[in-house]
Amino acid sequence: MSGTVRAAPLRPGSRRAREAALSPIDPGAFGVAEARHLLLRAGFGGSLDQIRLIADWGPERAVDYLLDPKAADPSFDAMPTGFDAEIMSVPSPDQLRAYRQAAARGDEDALAAIRAMRQERQRQDRRQVREIQRWWITRMIESPASLGEKMTLFWHGHFATSYRTIENSWHMLLQNHLFRAHALGSFAELMHGIIRDPAMLAYLDNTNSRRASPNENLARELMELFSLGVGNYTERDIREGARALTGYTFEGNAFVFDPRRHDSGTKRILGVQGALDGDGFVRAILAQRSCASFIAAKLYAFFVAPLPEGWDDPRRSTAPEARAVVDAMADRLRRERYVVGAVLRELFLSKHFYADEVRGAQIKSPAELVVGTVRQLRTPARDVALLIDAMDRMGQHVFYPPSVAGWSGGRYWINTATLFTRQNAAAYLLTGRVPTGRAAASRVEFDPREVMTWLVRERPEAGTDARAMGEQLLRFMLGRVPSGAAEVLASYIAEHGGAGDAQAVGGAMLLVTAMPEYQAC
Amino acid sequence: MGLHNNPSEAKAYTRRAFTLGSLALASASVVAPEFLQRSAVALERASGGRSSTPGVAEDRVLVVVQLSGGNDGLNTVVPFGERGYYNARPRIAVPERDVLRFGRGADGLGLHPALADLKAMYDDGLVGVIQGVGYPNPNRSHFKSMDIWHTADTSGTGHGWLGRYVDNECAGSPEEDAGRTPAVAIGRTAPLAMQGRVVQPVAFEDASLFRWTGEGVDDGIDDAHNALFEAAQARTAAHHEHGHGHAHAGHHHEPIAEFLVRTALDARVSSDLIRRAVSQRSLVEYPRTRLAQQLSMVASMIRAELKTRVYYVSLGGFDTHAQQGGAQGRHAQLLGEFGGALRAFYADLKAQGNDSRVLTVSFSEFGRRVGQNASNGTDHGTAAPMFLVGPMARAGVIGEHPSLRDLDEGDLKHLIDFRSVYAGVLERWMRTDSRAVLGRSYRVLPVTRRG
Repeated sequence: MSGTVRAAPLRPGSRRAREAALSPIDPGAFGVAEARHLLLRAGFGGSLDQIRLIADWGPERAVDYLLDPKAADPSFDAMPTGFDAEIMSVPSPDQLRAYRQAAARGDEDALAAIRAMRQERQRQDRRQVREIQRWWITRMIESPASLGEKMTLFWHGHFATSYRTIENSWHMLLQNHLFRAHALGSFAELMHGIIRDPAMLAYLDNTNSRRASPNENLARELMELFSLGVGNYTERDIREGARALTGYTFEGNAFVFDPRRHDSGTKRILGVQGALDGDGFVRAILAQRSCASFIAAKLYAFFVAPLPEGWDDPRRSTAPEARAVVDAMADRLRRERYVVGAVLRELFLSKHFYADEVRGAQIKSPAELVVGTVRQLRTPARDVALLIDAMDRMGQHVFYPPSVAGWSGGRYWINTATLFTRQNAAAYLLTGRVPTGRAAASRVEFDPREVMTWLVRERPEAGTDARAMGEQLLRFMLGRVPSGAAEVLASYIAEHGGAGDAQAVGGAMLLVTAMPEYQAC
Repeated sequence: MGLHNNPSEAKAYTRRAFTLGSLALASASVVAPEFLQRSAVALERASGGRSSTPGVAEDRVLVVVQLSGGNDGLNTVVPFGERGYYNARPRIAVPERDVLRFGRGADGLGLHPALADLKAMYDDGLVGVIQGVGYPNPNRSHFKSMDIWHTADTSGTGHGWLGRYVDNECAGSPEEDAGRTPAVAIGRTAPLAMQGRVVQPVAFEDASLFRWTGEGVDDGIDDAHNALFEAAQARTAAHHEHGHGHAHAGHHHEPIAEFLVRTALDARVSSDLIRRAVSQRSLVEYPRTRLAQQLSMVASMIRAELKTRVYYVSLGGFDTHAQQGGAQGRHAQLLGEFGGALRAFYADLKAQGNDSRVLTVSFSEFGRRVGQNASNGTDHGTAAPMFLVGPMARAGVIGEHPSLRDLDEGDLKHLIDFRSVYAGVLERWMRTDSRAVLGRSYRVLPVTRRG
């Protein structure tokens, strides 16, 4: 009715719309539910006492903590010791000479022996990549630098490279280290780094790219998948970009620029003309407006919500609010010279991030599901190799992204088979049980009493009232109390010993992990 | 409020949204909510009513058998009429007297003796042998070449060809179809060939994995589990009735909660069906080999009338760099496993009355070099044969044997591009537009009986 003056609606795409899009959450509105959401999205979830701590800190202090992985965990970007850098190094000159001599002599035995040695090295390297996988998943589970680990995973999916193709575990580790060095830092540095990365150079066939016959793979994916997106460059840019990247190769474990192979002539890429080398190519890319938009959109889809088709339609967006946020993030990225931490700070402090439509609307990736279950419920980690196997069946095998496009994510994680694997992974963590005929079950007991204590601290009736305990479990594990669910849990708990009974609550937790809503966060 | 203002529109949305194919209908004991029964309408729509060859039932099935490692084509389809074959393989060539000759129309060619089962099927007109299949600029890396076969793209990047097929076939919105199981791989994970943009393939190697391990943890947990699920279904049904569509993301964007509940329902129903199907005794005895066990699972799922169009199975071990053997040995054992499994599979399908609905295609990521190596084995090569199996397969020897003289640095030159075979399978068997799936037009190689 009269009397209310309504502000003029913000025109989508306008500066005012963008400024309003990331308006910050009121610290008074940041409570346990918000802290829980933040830890789930900006990390791999937290236990109730961690959630309580974050809630007490308030949004700014919490977000600043998350954005500084090294402060939380000084080992975050340290190269791990204990892995062998030389398993797949090229044969030494002596070995090469021995091979050539054996071949020249037709010495069948020597040739067979050399081949057997190579196969043994490959087997060793495959063992090592499995160990490196275990190292990383263990870090995700144990490290306080959760956002750092999550961003490392993000970059791994973004600059996707698969061990299957390159078959060099040390190179995969070096690449992982590159992502850690700039996890929340400058995307620009990552771009300059990735064109020197042995794993990527091998994966996208740049090692033999030379002036006489440039290989276009890296140049294409650098723009299409890593920075600009389809439609924001031309085939000519690809060809010229490929020329700029000639001579970018590696020897052993180190990047090498080979001037003999490099095409040092004048090129014209994305409107920039000159004797551009790989770095010149990268700078031309970074100067494009579409670059920040592309990265902002990827970050949004990863941390907030999938972007539907038509979200960026200039005439009529199918998701105008999301679009405004992505535009604002892109603006921030440009202003901050591509420092990702600055953009995420603004995002994690925004009202939009905590909106009802955002909470519970993201399908957990296999990493979030598995690692999150351990971290949230404080289950034992049990056999990490089994967890990795389960994540593989769910579609996310670290160091083996399905293609250079990385992992699609979202609803793509869910089908009738993966749903069982996901439920059973959580069941394994809680109970140690495995599907029949598989690997050995784990005998380590999970004690729900820690969780029970927290839940009761937050709401004392949960100590004795089955319904209250049921509601607390749902609120903690799902973020809300779906109608009808509390009654079922209450009956189950009451029939199995009551709210104070560890077995009863443990069973209730198991039931919650099997609810469809547990697949989302 | 748009989409859901009109109650009857809301119901229509529900009906369309809960397409499960025949899964729900085939299992009378499943307690399914009311809206599921109405999916019969959607089912009829979904089966398309495509025209078929007289005598052949609807719902054609494609089974792909992958031989991993690089199957030695020259010892599989043996060119015993060529002196060059014996010159190149002094220790591992298959002796002429052991070859199972094709006879008329394919002189000088025959099958490895371990393929006696396959030869028997060939003699019954159930096998087609496509010779010299490969692609330009062959890649001899296992993974790279396998990716090329899986993506039908010589760069080996992009989605799988079967994934793209399934994506294209899904008439509805991605959300509607994500819960269905149009493509099933028997194995730990689904091959790249089946990864599409929209629909995730289902993969499992053991039906026991298709159930919740929390079942039976204690008394009452199963009931509670079911009760929670029913509560979830009631919530999503109520959501529709009250018209709470999720407008924010635009057309057809099914809210996450409903998508998850729907997939969970699919999962429960298919889990029951698949476990029941697989636990039934097959109508024939299968050999106790890996491939045969996989195919017996496929046969039971076909028998249970799952609406799955594509099945994928695989047999590894073909990377015979050393001590390959000739008429006997490692390679022979693998071929025996291959032939024996296929024979049992089609005997089973025939007993079911489903054999003419199923076309099987086999391939390997490359063949092997013409000359044997110093370890009495063979190294990675290029062109090799593919097999078509089934009553509807185009029978006989198809195409020419690659020349043993005009080689590419010791490797066979291919005569047929494998994408032509895919195009044939897509156009003539799956009855779909191969160009849309493969990205461009390839010459269609007829793969079915009627050409």
